[in-house]
Amino acid sequence: MSTKTRDGGRPESGGHPVAWEGPPVDLTAQSPRIGEKIIKAVLVGAAALSVLVTVGIVASLFAPVAEFFTHVSVGEFLFGTEWTALFGDKFNWDDKSWGVLPLVTATLMITLISLVVAVPFGLGAAIYLSEYASQRVRKIFKPILEILAGVPTVVYGFLALTVITPILKPLLGIEGIYSMISPGIVMGFMIVPTVASLSEDAMSAVPLALRQGSYALGANRMQTTVRVVFPAALSGIVAAVVLGISRAIGETMIVAIAAGNMPLFTADPLKGAQTMTGFIAQAASGDTPHGSPSYYALFAIGALLFVMTLLINMISIRLVRKYRQAY
Amino acid sequence: MTATTLVVDQSLKSGRRKGVGPTVFAVALWACLAIICAFLFFVLAVIIQKGLARFDLNLVTEHPSRLRPDTSGVKSALFGTIWIMVLTALIALPLGIAAAVYLEEYADNTRWWNRLIELNIQNLAAVPSVIYGILTLGFVVRGPLSIGAVLLAGAISLALLILPVVIITCREALRAVPSEIRSGSLALGATQWQTTWRQVLPSAVPGIATGSILALSRAIGEAAPLLLVGATTFLTFNPDGVFSRYTVLPTQIFSLVPLDRVEFRDLAYSTILLLIIVLLVMNALAIWLRNRYQRRW
Repeated sequence: MSTKTRDGGRPESGGHPVAWEGPPVDLTAQSPRIGEKIIKAVLVGAAALSVLVTVGIVASLFAPVAEFFTHVSVGEFLFGTEWTALFGDKFNWDDKSWGVLPLVTATLMITLISLVVAVPFGLGAAIYLSEYASQRVRKIFKPILEILAGVPTVVYGFLALTVITPILKPLLGIEGIYSMISPGIVMGFMIVPTVASLSEDAMSAVPLALRQGSYALGANRMQTTVRVVFPAALSGIVAAVVLGISRAIGETMIVAIAAGNMPLFTADPLKGAQTMTGFIAQAASGDTPHGSPSYYALFAIGALLFVMTLLINMISIRLVRKYRQAY
Repeated sequence: MTATTLVVDQSLKSGRRKGVGPTVFAVALWACLAIICAFLFFVLAVIIQKGLARFDLNLVTEHPSRLRPDTSGVKSALFGTIWIMVLTALIALPLGIAAAVYLEEYADNTRWWNRLIELNIQNLAAVPSVIYGILTLGFVVRGPLSIGAVLLAGAISLALLILPVVIITCREALRAVPSEIRSGSLALGATQWQTTWRQVLPSAVPGIATGSILALSRAIGEAAPLLLVGATTFLTFNPDGVFSRYTVLPTQIFSLVPLDRVEFRDLAYSTILLLIIVLLVMNALAIWLRNRYQRRW
């Protein structure tokens, strides 16, 4: 830093500042600060890279998907009820059925099962932690939720296949080693932390004054929670659930391991059926030569998955923004 | 809650409804939390109980083998995981921190392009991990870069996956630094970059380190994107450079799934135990960092 006193600098005087008496001083930057500008440009570049990633995702999907739809009609893809992409001759387009509905219904079925687990348990835990628990209890249980979120999904998948399914088998009468209910339940616990921590944030953000007002009117803690805090935090809670749905749809390893590799158009949760992500995992880890139909199908499923989760995420972001109460 | 003792007139008390509703409600909430905890402990207990069967030195000193499952290990996968973690950190952390610094310290939030970047990062954070594998497959493994299914490709896919997480946690760490620090530095004549580099970033280091370690622990547990970029290969050598072929612990577990002989199951559970221990150590480190160095302003 420069210590020299420029022309018109502060006159020598003791103690307290005096009124300015010299000529006007030019306060604009004395040097162009090229280094600063370069650094800013580098930082902008890093931030812009994130946009480039999105563009890259769309671009990497585009060409293979376009190629896919020169062989398969959009109608057959979206409304067909049979998917046999990995059957038959590897380089032949015509001996396979390309209806994506079995994969989509299996995905939605498993997502639904996981929500049946995650929403009540996640919300219950969130309400307890936000409204009932003491500071100390909260300090113990929040890391537990973090550990639950930190367990790798491949581990959950393996447990679903080798522990949960054998337990459920005699209880529910599952035939075979694969089912949709077992990965669905495990996935439910996997997304509990997402639902719980986001909805707890939403409820903690509800100002204390609302609760105090409710208590002052004679409501007990349950009435305050259910009729005041819960509605006030509803947008955040819905956003948390929507984000949970998006994670469940995109989750790969649990379903790839425990839901089986047979595309099946069924609504029976006791049967195993391949999901969209399950197909991607199978096609990717198996023998899928570049340029073969299943290679392009992988991208087509990926594109469908990307569009579905993108729409869901946008809904979640919009919900939070639109209904956010400014307390 | 501080309890205040009040002397209440009995006539007031008599009108109070004393239903069982509130009690049932509280018990139900408590039960939700208890069931979640029970599930976690069940999971950990199963992993420890089944994983200890083969949790010996062979696990880390022997390469995978289809012929000798009772003495083979996952050495190549362990080294692959370490390589991947270092490479992912080298790619994702500088980019993520730089982007966070731009968004927190430089960007004008009223400009549409900065809002676009923020919205985009929020979106990327929720994109399924397998999509990053497809992106890397289309752009890096094949397509424009065509470097093949090598270590660097795996690291790029994981770096892109954790980039939004790194950016979001670093922004929170930077936001926690009070603006007086910045104002003071600027008032002393420091430029914006000098302020950021010498004042704001050092103050935010604990938060950034915690977030980065948690993001990296997510990366090394992730298997889905790596399935698409070549980590499922059966390898009996350690990677020796960024263009080497590789495998990692999670994909090693995945490739053990179809083998349902008890020796392979034991090996898989031991590998899971190893992976969980690595992750718990990283998480503990992050929590320790957070508690030890977190500043209260």
